[in-house]
Amino acid sequence: MTPSSPHDKSLVADLPRLALLSVLGLIFLMPYIWMISVSLKPLDEVWRASMSLIPQTFAFEKNYGRVLSEVPIGRYLLNGAIVCFGILVFQLAFALPAGYALAKLNFRGRETLFAFVMLGLLIPAHVPAIPLYIAFAQTGILNTYAALIAPSTISVFAIFMFRQFFRAMPDELIHAARMDGLGEWSIVWRIIVPNAWPAATAFAIFSVVAHWNDLFWPLIAVSGKGELATPALGVIYFRTEEAGDDFGALMAAATITTIPLVAAFLIAQRRFIEGITMTGLKG
Amino acid sequence: MAGIVLDRIEKSFGETRVLKGVSLSFDAGSFISLVGPSGCGKTTLLRIIAGLEQADRGAVSIGGRDVTGIRAADRDVAMVFQNYALYPHMTVEQNMALPLVMRRLTTLERAPFLGRLVSGTGARRAAIREEVAQAAKLLSIGHLMERRPGQLSGGQRQRVALGRAIVRHPKAFLMDEPLSNLDAALRHDMRRELVDLHKRIGVTTVYVTHDQAEAMTMSDRVAVMLGGNVLQFGSPREVYEQPATIDVARFIGSPRINILAGEADGEGQVSVAGVATGLVAPRLTGKLSIGVRPEHLTLAAQGIAVTVGHVEFLGSEVLVYARETREGSDLILRLAPEAWEAAPSRQALTVAPLAGRLLAFDPVGNRVGLIGSETAARIGAGGTQPRRPEAAHV
Repeated sequence: MTPSSPHDKSLVADLPRLALLSVLGLIFLMPYIWMISVSLKPLDEVWRASMSLIPQTFAFEKNYGRVLSEVPIGRYLLNGAIVCFGILVFQLAFALPAGYALAKLNFRGRETLFAFVMLGLLIPAHVPAIPLYIAFAQTGILNTYAALIAPSTISVFAIFMFRQFFRAMPDELIHAARMDGLGEWSIVWRIIVPNAWPAATAFAIFSVVAHWNDLFWPLIAVSGKGELATPALGVIYFRTEEAGDDFGALMAAATITTIPLVAAFLIAQRRFIEGITMTGLKG
Repeated sequence: MAGIVLDRIEKSFGETRVLKGVSLSFDAGSFISLVGPSGCGKTTLLRIIAGLEQADRGAVSIGGRDVTGIRAADRDVAMVFQNYALYPHMTVEQNMALPLVMRRLTTLERAPFLGRLVSGTGARRAAIREEVAQAAKLLSIGHLMERRPGQLSGGQRQRVALGRAIVRHPKAFLMDEPLSNLDAALRHDMRRELVDLHKRIGVTTVYVTHDQAEAMTMSDRVAVMLGGNVLQFGSPREVYEQPATIDVARFIGSPRINILAGEADGEGQVSVAGVATGLVAPRLTGKLSIGVRPEHLTLAAQGIAVTVGHVEFLGSEVLVYARETREGSDLILRLAPEAWEAAPSRQALTVAPLAGRLLAFDPVGNRVGLIGSETAARIGAGGTQPRRPEAAHV
């Protein structure tokens, strides 16, 4: 066995850093912890002036029971999954070849094109919302999954990110593939994509989190009682129509909607961090 | 097997002219090296032969077919890259099979599940596996077939890259510094193995390297490139013994050639470092550069006076780094250990070039012929026999 003293020493040396990271982590997690705490409290305790993290009486059954019985939360989660999956599939289908072309193909105007992509990064999603709404209204596709998915199918951020990732891949790999008889499409799907999993996973998490939690666009594109409501929109319906000021139940609904994300993140965590490191996005 | 003909290839990247009209012709089945310092255009030339780069002007033909405008995949040549360029996500077997799969199976047959439904796919896949196994056997990598490139050593990756190239029996192999990522001992072994492999399969091979020793030891013919031009194209012996220009002389040979200041007088009589040589440069007067290989300098009673600096004992030979006293130019002598032992002094020596081994270059750098070399050098003719270490001890 190797002596444990060097290990102990490094632990002592790491203590200040670990302490700082723990404190920061706790600060970032606080809203989430508070949400869970409130979701477990009965209503009178929520409004009490004294703050306590641990509920004095647990109202788990009442709050979560209300959510599960009064709103189709399962339906909302399913909608969220369909919309997020649809968006992600299209984003990858467009961004992977585009990123490859911008990183590795030589064609006239490539840099200009890339400059436009970068400009696209500067435009907030809210700016084209009204024109899109009008266009969708006139084509009659409001209140469909298509309306929820279509505006997000091309992610400028994804194109940018994959381009950076592919640039780091050696040119020789692509030259070898060309010599071996692969066309450009075969190169993308047989050589590039299988080697882009870390980046793709990282992007998938960004994308899914963003669209799972997105309230803005679903609120515009979907109206009515909400067969198409995504989780975030569902929580809003619940607040205004069912729960009123029942914050315990509201927080219970919010907690339920975050569970799939937390689970997905924990599963993909390792690849996610790999991807961020490899694309150089790490600050 | 096919010859390769390059006709006045020109290529520029932006303002930089990388190739300035290169014409070369490689015999079918020969082993050719393109050698030169980095930035001389050798890799660009190789990539133009491969079809990975398009020449601005000029034509490439392989096996008598003009392939100038044809894409890399259709030229039927294989390339081995410096960093091997193996597909990291595929096993060794898949890496080697890919060129055959892409060529022999249709898009439908290559599809993951549908492919199996097409009749004949199975047989064709089996044939590919068989050929891959044969190539693997040739390179003794049969036991690595299930591994991925990340699990292989540098030498093994190199073999897999070679395997991927030979498996489809291309018309020519193009190799871009394939040994430069290997350690010295392995590089030496792989050199010999590459030459053996070339002998066995006999495919025209174009080998790019900046290492002149590699080029000299492996090739049938060597093209020495500098600044986008081919300075000389000949057998290793020709470029060593009869370099066309002073740059070729400087680049080929290790340790490098000694260049001394020389002069041809009104009658063309050539002197080096102020010492008459008895050689005549016809129709030439004025300043010359005289090249002498380190092994062609011997210790002599009369001749060029030098001061000894640093001495390297290498076992089979001794390298003496000296300074010529008159002009101050640096000299390297390669002596047999016995000759160095017998030297009259460890500091100040006189050396004389072997007769007939002087190379003279005009001020532009082109080699000029010397005549009268058979009349022997008058340097050292004053009584003492010049020592000829290589004659005595090699």
